[in-house]
Amino acid sequence: MNATPAPMPRWLEIFGLPLVNLLMAMIVSGLIVLAIGENPFAAIGAMAAGAFGDLYGIGYTLYYATNFIFTGLAVAIAFHAGLFNIGGEGQAYIGGLGAGLMALLFDHSLTMWPMLALGLVASAVFGAAWAFVPAYLQAKRGSHIVITTIMFNFLAAALMVYLLVNVFRVPGSMEVVSRDFEASAGVPYVHALLTAIGIEMPQTPLNLAFLWALICCGLVWVYLWRSRGGYELRTAGLAPKAAQYAGISPNRVTIEAMLISGALAGFLGFNEIMGNHRQIVLDFVAGAGFTGIAVALMGRNHPFGIILASVLFGALFQGGSEVAFEIPTITRDMIVVMQGLVILFSGALAYVNRPLLEKLWKLYQARKNAKAAAVVAPVSPAAAPDAPVALAEETATLAATPAAPEPEALETTPMPKPAPVEEVLEVVEAEIVTMGPGAEPPPAAPRRKRGPKKSKRKPGEV
Amino acid sequence: MEWFTTVLYLLGATIRVSTPLIFCAMAGLISERSGVIDIGLEGKMLAAAFAAAVVAALTGSAWDGLAAAVLVGAMLSLLHGFACITHRGDQVVSGVAINIIVSGLTVVLGNAWFQRGGETPQLQAEQRFMGVIFPGTDNISHLPLLGPLYVKVLSGQSLLTYIAFLLVPAVAWLLYRSRFGLRLRAVGENPAVVDTAGISVDFLRYRAVVLGGILCGFAGAYLAIAQNAGFQRDMTAGRGYIALAAMIFGKWKPLPALYACLLFGFLDAGAPLLQGVKIYGNTELPVQLIQALPYALTVILLAGFIGKAIPPKAIGRPYIKER
Repeated sequence: MNATPAPMPRWLEIFGLPLVNLLMAMIVSGLIVLAIGENPFAAIGAMAAGAFGDLYGIGYTLYYATNFIFTGLAVAIAFHAGLFNIGGEGQAYIGGLGAGLMALLFDHSLTMWPMLALGLVASAVFGAAWAFVPAYLQAKRGSHIVITTIMFNFLAAALMVYLLVNVFRVPGSMEVVSRDFEASAGVPYVHALLTAIGIEMPQTPLNLAFLWALICCGLVWVYLWRSRGGYELRTAGLAPKAAQYAGISPNRVTIEAMLISGALAGFLGFNEIMGNHRQIVLDFVAGAGFTGIAVALMGRNHPFGIILASVLFGALFQGGSEVAFEIPTITRDMIVVMQGLVILFSGALAYVNRPLLEKLWKLYQARKNAKAAAVVAPVSPAAAPDAPVALAEETATLAATPAAPEPEALETTPMPKPAPVEEVLEVVEAEIVTMGPGAEPPPAAPRRKRGPKKSKRKPGEV
Repeated sequence: MEWFTTVLYLLGATIRVSTPLIFCAMAGLISERSGVIDIGLEGKMLAAAFAAAVVAALTGSAWDGLAAAVLVGAMLSLLHGFACITHRGDQVVSGVAINIIVSGLTVVLGNAWFQRGGETPQLQAEQRFMGVIFPGTDNISHLPLLGPLYVKVLSGQSLLTYIAFLLVPAVAWLLYRSRFGLRLRAVGENPAVVDTAGISVDFLRYRAVVLGGILCGFAGAYLAIAQNAGFQRDMTAGRGYIALAAMIFGKWKPLPALYACLLFGFLDAGAPLLQGVKIYGNTELPVQLIQALPYALTVILLAGFIGKAIPPKAIGRPYIKER
């Protein structure tokens, strides 16, 4: 897009920027805590102790993180395709319906592992199906995916209330919940497993779905960066026109990305319904679909970053409950505020902090260079030619001499033998356009920030 | 005559329920016609409702509450504008951020200030916008049909409700008959042209977004200090999204948007009446079906199955000069 290539190093881009965004969100949250007359540092202390202080806290933190990994991956994979899936909430809700339905139907007849596998598949299928309709409507009928997925969140909520009240509710019971599942339809708890091998751990809802979440991160990474489908998906998200020239169908990518996204969101339902509640309940998603947006933005749409961001948010949610317990003025809603601030700083205001950090880095570099220049005799910097023709000429001659001293210039034109200026330009251009196998793959996802913008593109538009 | 009482109740309830939708739909309409997506209607309305309730409770004046609501709505709009007009951030992400921040912040502040679990103190009648009684209700009320209609439906609504209904022709005039409106629509369709004509795209969009924020302020004030007597957590309960849907259902045009608001309001008001109504033998009509209808209708409309809703052409795209 219009962002110029970053002059700052990758480590700063990948780790520094999210930390700066997080820091700003924390500062604003701290000011709010100050404004309501509490000590923000005491709150942070209580939060950290509550989230990581003991096995109980860690268990809850990772249990929350499981949900956020699923929804974060769901949002991220849609972002990579240039889509904004705001419907993780509804997809997770329906995914839980799928898992719960299978449990209610088969928990008497199946043993644990087939039952769990069936529930897992059902949650993915149901979640994907709920994402399919908006995806299809965007691809084939041109309706805006952001609006349709929002509408589908509300439709999912209405459907679940109807089903629970009229179908699943135990006759005669006042509670709007389904019957409890049999033991075979419960994902093994981590505390049970640890106790079995002799490690004492208090009871928490953390279950084996956490492992599946980590596996999903690996699978998503392989899909995005090591498979043909993922390559097409990222290309269509980064450069829709180039993708279309190369014969990648934008409609297919839209539907494929949303199906995967919906399935990932659906796994949240598996974690909640078969892992935690072990019965179908209302509102078990509880905003995790939206937390997924914050997680994906903060994790820079990379599975590894999403794991880190999910654990962070899991800690915030778990620690937040502890803070609310110790400092009653600070309710858990403070975490919701923080989550919104993270979305604001790392999503909406992405173009404010980034240039700021870039400027600081340049300043730092300049000072370092000035110091170095004071010690060693100054080396004349390579003049940056303004005219593109001059640049092409220079790169062409550089390409001709293998022992050229400028490694950067060599990289831009990987031509094995000297060629006329026009030819070099043409070949490079053609490579960029076709995105052929020899061409540079699109830059790694973390550099992308404005995925949703692309979703405004009408299908079929060249 | 029992059915007539029901009809009167339904009409009055529809008008009351539609009022915040109308304010919000007009807010979204102005913002989106200028090319800025406004997912944050919900958040702005919620923040405004909170501000209205707090200020009305503290100062005892409904007007102060309204002023605070408008101020807060406009401030959040400025934040939205700062993120996506000045810094060209993503408009949907910015709106989502506003919604989430507000849904948490109102409860945190409310809880810290009033210790009532996020609620604000109950307001007295003089701290709210109560029903306005039209002149002559005593003389007309005995007339058949017209009398009760005048007394129970037309008269006795909150002042803000009348403002909402007057707002629609005002917005239509602003959009289609004023110079500002012409430029506003142009900037939503083709900002480059507006820029070439020497008009600032950013300033135009800022004005549109802030105008939207002010209207969200009215919507929030209506919820907190007219329809209800105080603020409760998440009291907007998705109305911002319904208004968004109504605006889209009205194809980004003021009058059709009003009809959509009334339709959605009617569905909302009528849903409780349909509870337990039997259709087709012994099957009850599910209330959730009625509640889901606005969303389903919007999806169907957007998919182009009933007419075609075409959004402003430049919507969602930040304007970059000289490209």
